[in-house]
Amino acid sequence: MTAETTAPGTADPKAIEVAGLRKSFGELEVLRGIDFSVARGEVVCVIGPSGSGKSTLLRCVNLLEEPSAGRVTVAGTEVTDPDVDIDRVRRRIGMVFQAFNLFPHLNALDNLTIAQRRVLGRDRAEAERIGRANLERVGLSDKAAAYPAQLSGGQQQRVAIARALSMDPELMLFDEPTSALDPELVGDVLAVMRALAQDGMTMLVVTHEMSFAREVADRVVFMDGGVIVEEGTPEQVVGAPQHERTRTFLARVLDPAAAEVGEVVDSGAAGKRVDR
Amino acid sequence: MSVSKRQRARIVRGVQYGVLVVAVVVFALVADWHQLRMAFFDVEVAKALFPEIITTALVNTVLYTLLGFGFGLALGLVLALMRLSSVPPYRWIAVTYIEFFRGIPCLLVFIALGFGVPLAFEVALDMNVTVMLSLGLVGAAYMAETIRAGIQAVPKGQTEAARSLGMSHGRAMVSIVIPQAFRIVLPPLTNELILLTKDSSLVYLLGLSLTQFELANFGRDALNEHKSLTPILIAGLLYLVITLPLGQLVRRLEARTAKAR
Repeated sequence: MTAETTAPGTADPKAIEVAGLRKSFGELEVLRGIDFSVARGEVVCVIGPSGSGKSTLLRCVNLLEEPSAGRVTVAGTEVTDPDVDIDRVRRRIGMVFQAFNLFPHLNALDNLTIAQRRVLGRDRAEAERIGRANLERVGLSDKAAAYPAQLSGGQQQRVAIARALSMDPELMLFDEPTSALDPELVGDVLAVMRALAQDGMTMLVVTHEMSFAREVADRVVFMDGGVIVEEGTPEQVVGAPQHERTRTFLARVLDPAAAEVGEVVDSGAAGKRVDR
Repeated sequence: MSVSKRQRARIVRGVQYGVLVVAVVVFALVADWHQLRMAFFDVEVAKALFPEIITTALVNTVLYTLLGFGFGLALGLVLALMRLSSVPPYRWIAVTYIEFFRGIPCLLVFIALGFGVPLAFEVALDMNVTVMLSLGLVGAAYMAETIRAGIQAVPKGQTEAARSLGMSHGRAMVSIVIPQAFRIVLPPLTNELILLTKDSSLVYLLGLSLTQFELANFGRDALNEHKSLTPILIAGLLYLVITLPLGQLVRRLEARTAKAR
């Protein structure tokens, strides 16, 4: 009950506060002391090489991963406090996954209404009204009756965003939302996210889309080896990185061919020969 | 004279056809067709079986099967959830149950419930209850393993998505995981239904009254009366009337599942 009394914008100004966060999987320490925060209405992009711990950081925010040490506070509620009902906190945090994770046995509209009805206790009519409004928001009002298998990857991810939005979340987590998409489908999803940012949604986005980070993010966080190497405005981090590791990573992401010219050409040629 | 590989294959196939044709011709000449027809398909005997073989025997076979399947399915789901429980004793109980009832013949369970329990506890179980328990207890052991596999086959991302929307573990199971698990296990569960249909013939052990006869028992009873195999043949065909459509259904469901992936 106490979790819901903190109205947005009144008490704690921070949407997310992370302090001394550590996470180990067995011997492997994936997060090695993370301190950072996200203000209300802020859009923060987390970038970094794979294995740097950025997805794990995101998943620690809504406790899909249990932190090994440290504190995570979301909108004034400490989620790492064992006495906190995590289900109550999670319903205020929208999450979008790399693999969409739509419920395949439900059509698009039912994907949007099931948690509204079963978790928030909204009646069917209200849940469907809100669901339809959110489908329209992501440009898929004509797909209400379609099952996930009948939708393209880009459409599925937009339905997944609408599903999260239907819970009226205070903030949204995006875990590499476009990484599983064909290149030509990425644009539609990013457009929806851009619109969401313009509407003032608090967003924490793990992404490889540098152009999105540059255009939309208020702040960019670069992670490597389980720590935050540097953070700042997109101009600072992407435009004029201070650290060597950031520079190496950006060079590789922004122009993959330039970084490994020899290798790419060689393997490409070999691949063709094998195919024929 | 050299024979190519392909020619040799053709010769071998020709010989195989030849053997088959000779065997069929010999059988057709040697067999006493009249006696065979009288033994397996005596029209008079067949006529005498109807309509009871449908209205009583077929109906009872379906009834016993559904009783056992319904109880077995419910118990199987409970066992599957126990098997996946985070509380170890529940897992131990489920594993022990499954191993026990999978390992003993259904026949033994029928004897235990039909005769053992009434003798030991001095209670008379209703016939239908005995059938439901006997078939269900054994069926549940198989179905539990099937359902457990189905639940585990639902991708972890489904639970994560449900939990991230604020659903509790139980709610995520009921609304998201179990419905998907059942779609996955529908084909193997239908196979289980086919097996139970055949196992329902074991009720003959319990000693049935005329109105309780199911197909196998009805056929056996009619055999004594008519001295002909016809009742057995017809009872067998009526089992196929039940099981063949179910088998067809399994193939359809499997095709649908394959398409959805």
